[in-house]
Amino acid sequence: MSYLEHTVKSVPSGFRKILYLNWPVILLLCAVSGTGFLMLYSVAGGTFDPWAAPQMKRFGLGVALMIAVGLVPIWMWRNLAGVAYGVSIMLLIAVEFFGSVGMGAQRWIDLGFMRLQPSELTKITLVMFLAAYYDWLPARKTSRPLWVLLPVFIILLPTALVLKQPDLGTAILLLTAGGGLMFLAGVHWAYFATVVAAAAGLIAAVFQSRGTPWQMIKDYQFRRIDTFLDPSSDPLGAGYHITQSKIALGSGGWTGRGFMQGTQSRLNFLPEKHTDFIFTTLAEEFGFIGGVSLLLLYALIIIFCVVSAIMNKDRFSSLLILGIALNFFLFFAVNMSMVMGLAPVVGVPLPLVSYGGSAMLVLLLAFGLVQSAHVHRPR
Amino acid sequence: MKRSRAEKEATHAKLSRRAALLGGAQLLFMGGLAARMRYLQVDQADQFRLLAEENRINIRLIPPKRGEIFDRNGVQLAQNVPSYRIVIVREDAGDVEAVLDRVAQLIDLTDEQRNSALAELNRSAPFLPVTIAEDVSWEAVSAISVNAPALPGVSPEVGSTRVYPRGSDLAHVVGRVGRVSQKDLDALEDPDAVLRIPRFQIGKINVEAREESLLRGSAGTKQVEVNATGRVMRELERREGQSGADLQLTIDAKLQNYVQARLQGESAAVVIIDCEKGDIVANASAPSYDPNLFIGGISSKDYDPLLNSKYRPLVNKTVQGAYPPGSTFKMMTAMAAIEEGIIGPDETVYCPGHLEIGGRRFHCWKRAGHGWVDLETSLKRSCDVYYYDLALKVGIEKISAMANRFGLGIKHEISLSSVNSGLTPTKDWKLRQRGEPWVIGDTVNASIGQGFMLASPMQLAVMAARIATGREIAPRLVKSVNGVEQPVRGGGPLNMNENNLRRMRRAMYAVVNDRRGTAYRSRIIAEGMRMAGKTGTSQVRSAVVNNNEVPWEQRDHALFVAFAPFEAPRYACAVLVEHGGGGSTAAAPIARDAMLQALYDGEPPLDAYPTADRESIGAQQERLRDVQPQARINKGKDQA
Repeated sequence: MSYLEHTVKSVPSGFRKILYLNWPVILLLCAVSGTGFLMLYSVAGGTFDPWAAPQMKRFGLGVALMIAVGLVPIWMWRNLAGVAYGVSIMLLIAVEFFGSVGMGAQRWIDLGFMRLQPSELTKITLVMFLAAYYDWLPARKTSRPLWVLLPVFIILLPTALVLKQPDLGTAILLLTAGGGLMFLAGVHWAYFATVVAAAAGLIAAVFQSRGTPWQMIKDYQFRRIDTFLDPSSDPLGAGYHITQSKIALGSGGWTGRGFMQGTQSRLNFLPEKHTDFIFTTLAEEFGFIGGVSLLLLYALIIIFCVVSAIMNKDRFSSLLILGIALNFFLFFAVNMSMVMGLAPVVGVPLPLVSYGGSAMLVLLLAFGLVQSAHVHRPR
Repeated sequence: MKRSRAEKEATHAKLSRRAALLGGAQLLFMGGLAARMRYLQVDQADQFRLLAEENRINIRLIPPKRGEIFDRNGVQLAQNVPSYRIVIVREDAGDVEAVLDRVAQLIDLTDEQRNSALAELNRSAPFLPVTIAEDVSWEAVSAISVNAPALPGVSPEVGSTRVYPRGSDLAHVVGRVGRVSQKDLDALEDPDAVLRIPRFQIGKINVEAREESLLRGSAGTKQVEVNATGRVMRELERREGQSGADLQLTIDAKLQNYVQARLQGESAAVVIIDCEKGDIVANASAPSYDPNLFIGGISSKDYDPLLNSKYRPLVNKTVQGAYPPGSTFKMMTAMAAIEEGIIGPDETVYCPGHLEIGGRRFHCWKRAGHGWVDLETSLKRSCDVYYYDLALKVGIEKISAMANRFGLGIKHEISLSSVNSGLTPTKDWKLRQRGEPWVIGDTVNASIGQGFMLASPMQLAVMAARIATGREIAPRLVKSVNGVEQPVRGGGPLNMNENNLRRMRRAMYAVVNDRRGTAYRSRIIAEGMRMAGKTGTSQVRSAVVNNNEVPWEQRDHALFVAFAPFEAPRYACAVLVEHGGGGSTAAAPIARDAMLQALYDGEPPLDAYPTADRESIGAQQERLRDVQPQARINKGKDQA
């Protein structure tokens, strides 16, 4: 019984595939999104408008899309990886020219029916392309300098474009996700050590460049760092968000103030309570128990993905699942760190909970890929 | 690419190891997040909960209801009436300009009002109401309400405004309120927070100002939940404040109305004091003005005439004015001399028409002289030489001291603004103030209430009341606070020889009731109502010229002090007519009319007047009966 035979025989066909989907992950995604609807309903003051209802519709569309993507054989996605990557790079370049400006950055392309944020898409296509690359690359070459430099370039190209928008948060996420994938693919430890050292040096250089003509990041980004390090330095400006968020979160206590009873978030002390700071509302209204429960849902999603990846003998599939799970993790980890005052405010939404169209669709699309990898795994 | 199975399994094993490692790291990080959450929500929950409460709860002041003011019989002198204003909320209005245009079609809206509303809308938070028009009529409110659907964000609001129904009658007693100015705030050491509420009004003058602490009350508070932009979400707790106290004044509004009407056309002041408790039953200063004009700001069109008039309508002449008391002071000179035992009441002095002192000649007003005069005759006919003589014997210090005991040169504590203390000069005072020594001529002048001597009509009325009663009557304006009778100050015995006082009263009786008395024409003939008094003419210039030949500003002030009924005094009064000429002709008739009005508590019968006067008095009563106070109240109702 050859490996190949085994593979072909066991892949389910047609709509029977639906039975082989990773249902625990789908249910967990629904649970997380459901929490999101609840919170959006709450921050709107007990109405489905203006956030909960559109979010629910988009989730319905997203789940259908996810299953559709999941039913497409994984090798087709592998073959598309290069194209997807290329398209997203072109979109990132296009956004430079045709993008809409919002909040001081150029991030969207207005498609009429939705605002496409290419940097969101890039998070997935980069993972796809890297997974395909390492699937193609013979294991013994993985750590050879030339074959290490190539994926570094693959990562840096979109990172640089995103940084130019400027969107420091996404750039860091791309770098981290890309680096994570290289680590999973088996790139030698020594490279990572070098990169960490270099990064430390770079950060030092960035700080050194402050106030000089060759300053490497924008002033507002510096200010964010300042405020993060000392929120009291700007109590009514950027530090205000962190302070208010901590007050709201902290006042929730063990069990919270109860659904729709979160005074802080309801009274607009919290900025962007329906997007970046929605976790604060949850923690205020449902307390420590509620916050940890959501964290547990996220943890289970990560665990199921890691298990699914390890079970999967297909290299591309494993890398893809792990890369998407890592992305997902980075999303909520950064967001939660941010609202708890552990990280600077960088504008990363809480996946599936924060109100937001393209982020949710892209994420469900990504989980579609996870489903496809799961359904079409060699058995 | 072809790969061996072994190679595949090796790479997959490596991948699995690293996946487990990375997954483990992720779970570890999530554990860290949970720990942080525990720290914030459990360990520090109390602290954050406290901060959260501070965040959302805002304390707002509820302005207290201002106390109302009544006269001694319960007539309302100052009241609070609802006033309507039209407000607009920017965020509800949408297109503010278009909405304002529509409002302008419904109510009269000046360009000025429109522009100031627009300017304020741009300044203030979008959810805060901005006033478009104030003090609008009920018709305007209805017009706005009916058209509400077409006027998003526009709504009528009800407030409270002060109204003085007795208008010009009591401007010089009740005073008025106005918006708190920066000056008002600066004058206070620790201003009440309620003063900073926009549109809050405080008393500006007279009773409204002097009894501010009673009238204002204390602000209530409401705890409201607010969001970060200050918008009120809901009310959590309300603690009502204390309304201001209602004041009952000693003033009799009916009498005051009569007196004020009687003074029409004069620049004059009348004070009538009740002899029992010192209650000020009338305090009239003419001309007066309508305090309602000042509420919410007076226009310069209205204000300039008041400010520039030579008759000074804004000055409360009863207490702010200080005039040489003239012959009304003669009782003081006489009392000083008699009490000191320097001259007996029956002793006579020869008046040749002048007195020669140190080579200087001091004239009596009657150049021909009065001949031999005693106390009664001298007062009755107002001989000056008699008092020159007494003054020279007793000295200025004794005279001033006596005047002080009768309430002259003393600042009486009354709830009116700018109470003048007048002046009873002494040698020491002149040296200190003028840097000159006292000369004998100063004493002579002072003896007949001229020279440095100054008194306000209020002080003269107090003097008359003290002579009439022999008690230390102190004027009182606030009768009760929230129905609680206020204590009477003073009222104790003057500790003067009652015989001397009696003689003084008899002499004053003669002034009015003796055929040769200077005020004989102003006597009261009703039995048991007879009046005693003293005329006075205070010189404004020194040269003796006929009053009718000089401009108004240079004519003498006419004065009269009186009490009645003579047998059992109930009221004392003082009348001043600025530049009115002689006290007997200008002031005494006013005093007689006012006193009769007080004694009869309304219009007196004509047979209280001398027969010859009845016809003219009847005509006068007819004329004055329906004179209403000037009070432009409910101005909104005239608009729109």
